[in-house]
Amino acid sequence: MNQKYWPLLATITVFIALFVIGGSMYNNFLSTLVLGHILADNAFIIIAAIGTTFVILSGGIDLSVGSMIAFVGVVMAVLDSAGWHPLVTIAMMLAFGFLFGAFQGFIIDYCKIQPFIMTLAGLFILRGGCFMVTLDSVPIKHPFVKMMASTRVPLPGGGFLTTGAMVMLASLVIAIIIAHYTRFGSNVYAIGGDRESARLMGVPTRKTTVLTYATGGIYAALAGVVYALYTSSGYPLAATGAELNAIAAVVLGGTLLTGGVGLVAGTLFGGMILGLISTLIIFHGSLNSAWIMISSGILLFVFIVMHRFLIGSFGRQKLS
Amino acid sequence: MTGLGSPRVELRNIHKSFPGVVALDDVNLSFQPGRVHALLGENGAGKSTLIKVLSGALAMDSGQIFLDGQLVDVTSTTAAQAMGISTVFQEVNLIPAMSVVKNMALARNNGRYGFISWKRARKDATDRLKRLRLDIDIERPVGSYSVAIQQLIAISRALEDNTSILVLDEPTASLDAKETASLFAVINELKSNGIAIVFITHFLDQVFDISDDVSILRNGQLVSTDQIKDLTRQDVITQMIGRELDEAEHTAADKSNFTAGKDMLVAKGLGRHRTLAPFDLTLRAGEVVGLAGLLGSGRTEMVKLVFGAIQADAGSIEIDGVKMPKISPQKSLRAGIAFCPEDRKAEGLIGELSIRENIMLSMQAKRGWLKRVSRKEQEKLAEEMIKALAIATPDAEKPVGQLSGGNQQKVVLARSLASTPRILLLDEPTRGIDVGAHAEIIALIRRLCADGMALLVASSELDEIVAAADRVVVMRDRHKIGEIDGKEITRDNIIQMIASQ
Amino acid sequence: MSDISQNNTSMGWFSAIIRHRSTWPIVALCVILIVDGFISPNFYEIRIVQGRLFGNLIDIMYRAVPTALVAIGMALVIGTKGIDLSVGSIIAICGAVISWRIHAGDTHFVILLYALGAGVMCGVWNGILVAGMGIQPIIATLILMVSGRGVGLLINSLYGGTNPSFESPLLQGLSTGHIWLIPTRLFVAAAVFLGIWLLIRRTALGLFIEAVGGNASSANIAGVNARFITFLAYVICGLCAGWAGVIMTADIHTSDPISVAMYIELDAILAVVIGGASLAGGRIYLGMTIIGALIIQALTTSILISGLRPEYNLVVKAVVVLFVLLLQSANARQAIATIFSRLKR
Ligand SMILES: Nc1ncnc2c1ncn2[C@@H]1O[C@H](COP(=O)(O)OP(=O)(O)OP(=O)(O)O)[C@@H](O)[C@H]1O
Ligand SMILES: [Mg+2]
Repeated sequence: MNQKYWPLLATITVFIALFVIGGSMYNNFLSTLVLGHILADNAFIIIAAIGTTFVILSGGIDLSVGSMIAFVGVVMAVLDSAGWHPLVTIAMMLAFGFLFGAFQGFIIDYCKIQPFIMTLAGLFILRGGCFMVTLDSVPIKHPFVKMMASTRVPLPGGGFLTTGAMVMLASLVIAIIIAHYTRFGSNVYAIGGDRESARLMGVPTRKTTVLTYATGGIYAALAGVVYALYTSSGYPLAATGAELNAIAAVVLGGTLLTGGVGLVAGTLFGGMILGLISTLIIFHGSLNSAWIMISSGILLFVFIVMHRFLIGSFGRQKLS
Repeated sequence: MTGLGSPRVELRNIHKSFPGVVALDDVNLSFQPGRVHALLGENGAGKSTLIKVLSGALAMDSGQIFLDGQLVDVTSTTAAQAMGISTVFQEVNLIPAMSVVKNMALARNNGRYGFISWKRARKDATDRLKRLRLDIDIERPVGSYSVAIQQLIAISRALEDNTSILVLDEPTASLDAKETASLFAVINELKSNGIAIVFITHFLDQVFDISDDVSILRNGQLVSTDQIKDLTRQDVITQMIGRELDEAEHTAADKSNFTAGKDMLVAKGLGRHRTLAPFDLTLRAGEVVGLAGLLGSGRTEMVKLVFGAIQADAGSIEIDGVKMPKISPQKSLRAGIAFCPEDRKAEGLIGELSIRENIMLSMQAKRGWLKRVSRKEQEKLAEEMIKALAIATPDAEKPVGQLSGGNQQKVVLARSLASTPRILLLDEPTRGIDVGAHAEIIALIRRLCADGMALLVASSELDEIVAAADRVVVMRDRHKIGEIDGKEITRDNIIQMIASQ
Repeated sequence: MSDISQNNTSMGWFSAIIRHRSTWPIVALCVILIVDGFISPNFYEIRIVQGRLFGNLIDIMYRAVPTALVAIGMALVIGTKGIDLSVGSIIAICGAVISWRIHAGDTHFVILLYALGAGVMCGVWNGILVAGMGIQPIIATLILMVSGRGVGLLINSLYGGTNPSFESPLLQGLSTGHIWLIPTRLFVAAAVFLGIWLLIRRTALGLFIEAVGGNASSANIAGVNARFITFLAYVICGLCAGWAGVIMTADIHTSDPISVAMYIELDAILAVVIGGASLAGGRIYLGMTIIGALIIQALTTSILISGLRPEYNLVVKAVVVLFVLLLQSANARQAIATIFSRLKR
């Protein structure tokens, strides 16, 4: 098998192994119900992480994701109280996400500001923006939102897919097509692999960078929409730290942070692994806050080590 | 197409300077369709800068470019490609982590609406590679191939349908005679199709083989443009370096003082699964061992195994009769071995660091991080090396990444020399180095060897091996197939050994 | 190479200054301080109260110390092309260790060693993950970032205290005391700075870190032990965070693992980057990192004294930091200049 699929395979193996181990520890764990819940609860993180995958593949990073999610939710909620139809605000927020991402990408490329810093500023600006809009949690009451929240597709075995999960799967398919079957996708890998070479080979680096962050932005905005529908509210402190979860999902999915190497599909499983960690902790039930933190760290560690070990055992030579 | 005599590309009054260096000073040049135009000059003369300006990779300070008589503004490499200017740059520019086919399809129009048709891309890639008689697995990442194969991939990538001028910056620097021949066959074919070809090289033989016109640059200025038939080898060299160079000095190194000393490094059954079959190798004091073989025969792998840059899974190494328990670059360095890698961009240089820092890195590593080499010593060493190897730079503080290709190569060489090794392993030490410096480096190798150093030199240039080596190890298909020494060392003998089954 | 703006040849001393990497951060710091002078008329006033200097300028330095300490270590890690997200958690752990050992009745000097030791151990852990196991730095340090504060809580629970408060003359002396009018923690910061500076510039460690960050495989082939060097950078970063932990814990007289030093990793990274280093590794600018930390603190102080509504804090901070960085980019300077010249007409 092609070596480039090893990390993905390792991620999937780790996920399945841990899912089975969870099943052996707790009754009712190994079911489509739990799987459906993991998908539903983490749909927004995975969507955001898919966008982040593009950014990371291009050799950059996007820290503005969590704030974007909160900002989208807050604006949707406030506009909802003002009587706007959610579909209109959704379209608006997606456009905003795209433009905001494009703006970040442009500054990064044109002014040579490091992505970490530009998107950190983006994080501050959007989070500050949330506070300027409202300081409280605002409910979203439109019947459309209720309908979306209650729509679900049953899975065999008692589980079900929520709207959020379906949106996530659809956006994953689109992302895979973009990454692997378009020129833009190839260009992203190329500038992440070696920016200077890509430029000399004729890749339009600025356009690609701008579009990459725009993609990250629109996916983050979509994540915000899904999150707002999922919680039926907007809250300025929502999703703090979601950017780190998104990055962790991408990396657990086998993508290299240095750019140029990785698969979008891996991100799904990376995100599911993170979801599995919190589900395992919730199933355990009796942990105090100290042990919740420690065990998420330990589980993260275990996953990473297993991942390493698996890739190693596939016979891969040491990466330098 | 315009009629004969009117140039495909005309460059007028091109100026380009970098901080502290005037790289191009009022250069006027024209390239004719259907002719191969060789661009020659010493390391740092400005050749690569000129073609970067022509292909939109660098913005010039002033000057004009005419394409088929029209004034054009080449703002980016993308724009240049659209105009039919295809370029293979000096440092192989491909994306190492991406597969061959993806590299070939990158920034190419194939499929509609921004989509890529991989089926077409695969067929296209295979076809193009076939033109250079290259039969490789196109799904493997480019980085897993040797520099020479990468070079060939980059060339075949540049052979676009709409190409009207093809620019090749030292395409043959790491190719064997065989690959060079296939490349020249393709060049001749393109030439007869009326494509203008610009060809940069440091191999004068190749210039006389293939080119029609020759232009020579020195210190950023155009010295002359002539037809090749009006020139002799001696003319070319004299114009390039601005003085006479004894041809004898260039070819034959003095081997008269050869007496093999004691064994310094003995490798027994060293090898690695799927990389190189186990081999024995002895390096003796005062002896240069050449390493010959075709592309992909395992030359680089052998040198790296000896140095510990690749971990061996079989065999052992003794240095001065003492067995090395584990081989790693650090251990080898401490034991007095130095290594000059083939791929200067990926494994040699640290582009952001200055020439001084790059040169003293190995020496410092040998001493350990606690015993710092004082700034004064560093500067002295850097100055010495810059002088000894004629590195063209305004000062030692220039980041290495900004040097010309040949000068970068000299820095890698300088680093391994600076660590004062007793055993020196050189992989393609003269890749991209100009004629004058080439002779000096061969002479330097002989001198070091006379001082009792043991050398292993891997090279794709047989002449270089014949000129420098006292003993030659011949490789084929990742096996060592034999050794020859003394009077036996001739071009023909080596070729015969490689070819015999 | 791609930088078109580099093409200028006429390099007078003026343009040399404009291009020098230290110029813009220092200018930015001065501008912030000057603006502060307008916002608050007696901004520059320095008084002596109870044998110690007081005033906004002193205050900015005083408060910048923890960030600066963390940033010094971070500069080394970033030099290796790495990043350390766990510094906040390391500070939390140090705080818990201090509080715990005080409860156990150790002498205070030993406690100081314990706290720094805890920082070093955390650094060792990160170093093993990154250098030993080859895990990507951001993820490797995320593990400690996620769990470190939990470890702090766990240590607190060792002696049953939920939010124990303590007194320690030595530690509080280091943190909030003063020597000859000057706050002691400034001496601590200066000593750590000097120590690390000597360590990287008087040995070859700095060069090796830069080599590893610039191109790890080249450095390795040149004989640098890339793994060991990377490992060392994380250990030093842990030690620096340990010092910050001592200062911060002694300041608040308690161990508060949940909220102590929240987001300090971001401030520290910002300080390093404002100081001119690239997150892509390869360069360490220790002195400029300190300037970076001062800029961040000066900014925070200015926002405080300006009486801006707290909702705007984040946005203002982000915009100013971006502006400082934009000034360092030649392309952006050009764009700003053209906009200004158009406005004039
Ligand atoms: N990006 C850059 N920044 C600063 N100086 C540069 C840069 N690129 C090239 N130079 C300088 O310009 C001069 C010409 O370099 P160029 O690469 O054109 O030489 P060359 O003729 O191709 O040499 P070689 O045969 O070694 O490849 C050199 O002195 C080099 O140091
Ligand atoms: Mg060149």
